[in-house]
Amino acid sequence: MSWFRRHPSIAGWLLLAPGILYLLVFYAYPTVQMFLVSLWTGSAASGYTLTWNFGIYASALNQYQDQIFRSIEFGGLATLFTFVLSFPLAYFIAFRGGRYKNILLFLVIAPFFTSFLLRTISWEIIFADNGIVLGPAKELGLVPPTFRLLATPVAVIAGITYNFLPFMTLPLYVALEKIPPSLLEAAQDLYAGTWQRFRRVTLPMALPGVFAGTLLTFIPAVGDFVNAELLGSPQSQMIGNVIENRFEKVSDYPTGAALSFILMAAILAAVFIYARLVGTEQLSGGGA
Amino acid sequence: MSTIDVRLVEVTKVFGQDVAVDHVNLEVLDGEFFSLLGPSGCGKTTTLRMIGGFEEPTSGLIELNGEDVTWLPPYRRNVNTVFQNYALFPHLTIFENVAFGLRRRKVKGAEIKARVAQMLQLVELRGFDQRKPGQISGGQAQRVALARALINRPAVLLLDEPLGALDLKLRKQMQLELKRIQQEVGITFIYVTHDQDEAMTMSDRIAVMNRGRYEQLGRPEELYERPTTRFVAGFLGVCNLLPGHVDGTADAYALVALDDSTKLRLPLAQVSGSTDVEVGVRPEKVRLLELTDDVPAGANVLRGRVKQTSYTGVSTLYVIERSNGQTFTVYEQNLERAAANSLWRPGEEVAMTWSPDDTFAVRGASTASTADAASGSPSVNETAAS
Ligand SMILES: Nc1ncnc2c1ncn2[C@@H]1O[C@H](COP(=O)(O)OP(=O)(O)OP(=O)(O)O)[C@@H](O)[C@H]1O
Ligand SMILES: [Mg+2]
Repeated sequence: MSWFRRHPSIAGWLLLAPGILYLLVFYAYPTVQMFLVSLWTGSAASGYTLTWNFGIYASALNQYQDQIFRSIEFGGLATLFTFVLSFPLAYFIAFRGGRYKNILLFLVIAPFFTSFLLRTISWEIIFADNGIVLGPAKELGLVPPTFRLLATPVAVIAGITYNFLPFMTLPLYVALEKIPPSLLEAAQDLYAGTWQRFRRVTLPMALPGVFAGTLLTFIPAVGDFVNAELLGSPQSQMIGNVIENRFEKVSDYPTGAALSFILMAAILAAVFIYARLVGTEQLSGGGA
Repeated sequence: MSTIDVRLVEVTKVFGQDVAVDHVNLEVLDGEFFSLLGPSGCGKTTTLRMIGGFEEPTSGLIELNGEDVTWLPPYRRNVNTVFQNYALFPHLTIFENVAFGLRRRKVKGAEIKARVAQMLQLVELRGFDQRKPGQISGGQAQRVALARALINRPAVLLLDEPLGALDLKLRKQMQLELKRIQQEVGITFIYVTHDQDEAMTMSDRIAVMNRGRYEQLGRPEELYERPTTRFVAGFLGVCNLLPGHVDGTADAYALVALDDSTKLRLPLAQVSGSTDVEVGVRPEKVRLLELTDDVPAGANVLRGRVKQTSYTGVSTLYVIERSNGQTFTVYEQNLERAAANSLWRPGEEVAMTWSPDDTFAVRGASTASTADAASGSPSVNETAAS
């Protein structure tokens, strides 16, 4: 014990060591490896050689820009919808949940006890052209007989929204739950009605949760391919589907790897812009 | 100066089974520094929260400036609150914290600027306007909370133990500061505290609360010199109480016979109708004399033996035991006897004497509040009558 106390910095490094080692082996090394893969040329049949072919980034971007933009669009919309659904939910649990708080939170994460894949497949069944939703709707003439939900962007976005909902709800809940009730009372005391209290105190104080929730949802949502695969059509493919195809189906490793890095760069850029926006909002939250 | 600002009529608040506030009637005057004083859990905060609008009374009526506000939300009442933990908005600067109420009332930017500057000057925090609440000390946060409330020029300011989190020295300083600010702005303050010194130093009037009601209401000196209940007598300082019964009158005084049939005099008004009473006197009113000394005519006298002494510089504290085992606390200023190096010593027989006018009587030795008086108060000198 005393040895650690005399060498606090060494002790700190020792505590970090397992984490750093893990990241080196399972993150840094594969990332470098994958970057080198993206610079290969050749084919699965004839073998690949490292030729430092940076041109692949331009051609991959050119060829798959639709899917890249669609991913960001679908991911962004799904994030927005999870936020719109989660905020009232988290707000209710945090401020009105009372002694049911824990049960309600459990219900939010309950779907996680079932596999992601299974849940998405069950959506496929629910939204089938003549399934339990559309079947009766068509019988009753509520929608035309040719109407579909499956294989549309709506289904993909709805699927992503559903699957990532808890990633938004939980951070929002934590942020809202932490707001001391006395702050809300102080706002009321200082002539803020319900809306102003929300706008000037609750929301700004929940911003860290909003920030965490959007990142936790947006980043995996943009890279998701399961929902587009099961609920979408070839016309609504996302970049994740392309990457999966390049690697798993056609063995075009360099393009798949290049697309992965392009996706990573795009997400980093989006997050950076978002962080700047939220950061400034937080600083000027009290303005008139 | 004497219009009524806040009126509570039969206000009651029940939480489940607990009666937190029990049929309280209060009138707070305009411009007054009014304190609610009482031990923990007696219902001070609940009373204050009902005036502020954060809690609805189970029954009763609350008026502000003659208007019934019982059911109005906080933001519709011309009242502001300084919360116990200050409740400053951590995401806003000190400037924006103080400006919050004005902004909600759509006051113009230029006026806001001027008024915030003026307020920060009043609480001596100029130059702090761009800091965040996390970057100031406890005492400074306390001033910001005060400025943030006062800037709205409310009819009434509610303060819930605003100095509770400060250390003793800072608290003393802030007490004077608060009083200065209150006199400067002339706003009615309703101040909650469980510290009797604090309430006495600052208040124009005090309501001493116990178990959801107030036992006595009056100016600090009234409460101290003439407490009417055992609880009040004990809560506001050390006091000597002796059980007895009223046994005739003499001139303007009532006579009370103690258990050993010694008689004490006290002002007639003090006993008004009751027969069984407890007679009280504050320790600093009592003088100690040799048994052979002349006793001033008409004074109350009891004999006893010095049991314990404790020299504190300004005064000496004596515990005197009577022959029946009752003990008395006496503070004597360190004047001639200290100079002559002849302070009373344990074992010496003394006569305790005090003026009938310094004597008071309190009700009900056996009321429900007795237990609280003994436990929740600094010291009731239990007259262990065996
Ligand atoms: N929200 C509530 N729910 C249930 N009981 C409550 C609630 N608020 C207060 N009480 C009860 O009401 C009584 C009075 O509480 P209150 O907070 O008014 O006391 P207080 O005089 O301010 O005490 P303290 O000096 O400790 O702050 C207490 O018995 C308390 O337990
Ligand atoms: Mg309280």
